Order: sequence, then structure tokens, then C-alpha cells
Amino acid sequence: MTEQLKRTPLYYIHKKLGARLIEFGGWEMPVQYSSIIDEHLTVRSNVGIFDLSHMGEIEIRGPESLSLIQQLATNDVAKLVDGQVLYTPMCTETGGIVDDLLIYRFAADRYMLVVNASNIEKDLEWILAHNKMGAEIENLSDETALIALQGRNTLQCLQTVTDVDLTAINYYRFTVGEVAGIPTIISRTGYTGEIGFELYVEAEHGADLWNAVYEATDAISGKPVGLGARDTLRLEARLCLYGNDIDETKTPLEAGLRWTVAFDKGGFIGREALIRQDSEGVKRRLMGFRMLDRSIARSQHTIYRKDRCVGEVTSGAPAPSLKYNIGLAYLPVEISKINAKIEIEIRGKRHPAKVVRTPFYHASA
Amino acid sequence: MFPENLKYMKSHEWARREGDIVDVGVSDYAQSEIQDVVYVELPEVGTSLEQHTPFGVIESVKAAFDLYAPVSGEVVEINEELEDAPELVNDTPYDGGWMVRIRMNDPSELEELMSAAEYQTMIEAEENE
Repeated sequence: MTEQLKRTPLYYIHKKLGARLIEFGGWEMPVQYSSIIDEHLTVRSNVGIFDLSHMGEIEIRGPESLSLIQQLATNDVAKLVDGQVLYTPMCTETGGIVDDLLIYRFAADRYMLVVNASNIEKDLEWILAHNKMGAEIENLSDETALIALQGRNTLQCLQTVTDVDLTAINYYRFTVGEVAGIPTIISRTGYTGEIGFELYVEAEHGADLWNAVYEATDAISGKPVGLGARDTLRLEARLCLYGNDIDETKTPLEAGLRWTVAFDKGGFIGREALIRQDSEGVKRRLMGFRMLDRSIARSQHTIYRKDRCVGEVTSGAPAPSLKYNIGLAYLPVEISKINAKIEIEIRGKRHPAKVVRTPFYHASA
Repeated sequence: MFPENLKYMKSHEWARREGDIVDVGVSDYAQSEIQDVVYVELPEVGTSLEQHTPFGVIESVKAAFDLYAPVSGEVVEINEELEDAPELVNDTPYDGGWMVRIRMNDPSELEELMSAAEYQTMIEAEENE
């Protein structure tokens, strides 16, 4: 009955490092190596290395590639230059989020979409179904390994294994060059709220790239980091997790992603619904909260305001950098104000919390 | 590997008897599996507990786990230090990480629990699965 879990090219490396492995989106992935808190704090204070090879990579090529992508994305891909990356949701006709993704522009007729692991098949179907213009679409997910290096010491660490001048790569830019002698897409992106790079290579070179970068990381006491800390890091930085904070029942406007909706770029799927919602005003907003006692809110816990059920938690966890417990939840607009008091029901008891400004955590310069 | 003077539950709590009083915590195996204990929810003093029913919750960064009472009786003391320092459960699971002190109703309930050797055998069987 249970489907065979997929493994990344680095599976045996994780085993050897003593990682604890869990199922995530159909993949057998490292959730932690040392401890989630230790790994989290290592990324905040030093540098951490992540295997993200489960993520999906889809290439779209040909003269019609831009017109297809502009239909799919809510953000304006036409503004990209070669070597630039864009974050965007991809929406349904009603404005619900099919997935959130990164779009890499290699050339005016060649793009790479990086999508969530659990959505690869769904996204491919969605893209193919809307490809009336006949762009060339190729799923490169299985042939691609993705290794991330995140944390304030990323630059000095990664620079020891590449001749590419990393300081020349600005935020949300990428270049193609060699890292440890391996052809690599070097992208200054990440999901932790820290400076970092994401490195895409052919799957067969994944282990060699990991070993080289791991050695450089280990040399300055950096550590491998699993999905457990990746989740607490992204939550502190208030980055949405697909399936928790956003899905097809939520729109980018409700999720606080209005900046990713380019209403003026021309037609795209979901535009009319989003224009309508924007002019009427959203009824709920994804807000950050912190617990006012030591209890920990978790996904799906119910939220109350004066005996009225007003929503549920979409993400909740301890914030290791802040030493208190935080979460995200969709709240009715009248409550989605900084300092608004709410209560979260945890195991039958209500615990006080308040709406706070996000991101919860800011990287210090 | 596990202290000989304690009794153990399948759900990994330990019980240490002194007269009609029993101290309760979780085993070293349990804390290493849970890792990073960030919160321990304990009952109020005076609460009466029933053997094998939940008396509290222990939480890691990712999840919450129920704690089960090894004996029936009344909670006479709780480890208040765990509120500020839940990591004591990781650091010293048999000492600073104790959770509740129960006055037993029926000391014979302890006989149902596992010895250190039996608990060790159970863990090994679980790990070989």
C-alpha cells in the first residue's frame, strides 16, 4: 500500500552523518542531524548546509516560454533580466494558490521553475494544461540535485571552493560557474532569512558537490541542517510553507503576498478574481502571533477571540532565535492588527497570544 | 544502561519508589528520541491520577507527546524547575528532569511495570524492527 519513498542522491551521505530520516512530500529526507535547535542556531550564527534535492525543477523553453509563464505567474516575469530570480505564486482562476515557486531566467527563451516537492506532478499537469502556445516543457527534477548553504558565514565558506566572485552575485541573482570543479547554478536565494546560496547541479554530481561544500562548512564549524530547522528558520522569517500557510483555498492577497501580484502586467490566471478581492478588500489575513505563555501552538489548533472561533493556526513552533513560541494564522481583518489579543486552544485549554509584527526575526547586518 | 533501581513503562516513563511516594520522569532513551525538550506540561499539585492515563505532555520542537502515570495516586509535588528549564529532561532525565511526585494508592501497581532489564530488551526489540 505504501508507495516507495523517493531518495535524493545524498541519501547515503545523510545516513552516514547519522541523520534522522522522515517522510516529507513522498521523500525520505533528513529531519535533523544533531538537534533542531542546535542546527537552527548554527544557521543564525554561522553557516549550515542543506540537501534540498527533493525540490522540483521544470524548464520552460522556446519563443513562447515567456507568454506561458506570464499566464501562470501572478508576478511579472517580463521584468526579469538574464541571471535574475523571481518569487511568485501560481494561481487558479479563483485566485487560490496552486504553488509558490522561483523562476530563473537563463535567456529570453529559457526559464527554470523551482517548485515544491509535493507539488511537482500537480504543477506539471497545470503547466501542460495551459500550454496552448506550445512552449517546450521539461521536468528536470530527478536529474537535479539542490544543495543550500545558509548563514552569515556563507560567503567566506563557499568562496573557498569556487573561483566565481560570490560578492558579485546580488540577492535574487544567479550565475553559472564551477564550484569544486563542478558546473553549478549558483543562486543567491534561500528560505531561512539569512544570507545564503542555493546550488543546483546534475544529480550525478550531487554527492561530490555536497562533499566539497560540507568540508568547507565543517572547517568553520558549520553543520548539516535538516528539514526540522529549515521549518523553524523559515517560520521566524515569516516565509510561507505550501500546504500549511498557503494552498488553493488561500489567495496571495490573504497570505500577505500582494507584492507578488502584478495586476498591471496584463492577463494571468486568477487576475479577475484577485482584482475583485482586492477592490472588495480581503476578509482575512495571514498574521504572525506569539504565545504569551510557554505553550506551543501547532498547525490546526483553533483560535478564539472572546469565545468566538476566529480561525486556526497554519504554522506554529518554538522560535529558537527568539526564545518564545510563534505561529501564523489567518485572522478576520478586524482582528488582524498588531497587538490584538487572541486565544489558542491547545489540548482543550485556551492560551493567550497576541498578533505581532513580522518577520519575527531579522538577520543582523 | 538503564538504572536498576527504577521501574519502566512501555511508554518510556520511569518510576522511582521511596516508601509510598513515587517520582516519575522519562527514560534516557525517550529523551534522546524526543530531543530538544522545549515544554513540559504538568498537572497541578493535588490532582489525582490513574495508572496508565495521561498526566501531562512533553513537547519537542516538532511535536507533543503524552506522559502516562505509572501508578494511581495523588500528585504531591511537581518539578517547577522544568518551566524555566525543560532541557533538564534532556540533560539529567533521572535527576533534574523528574516531573511529578505521586503518593501511591496501591503499591502493587508497581509490580506491573518493567524492570531495567525488561525495558532494555523492549528497546532493543523496537530498534531491530
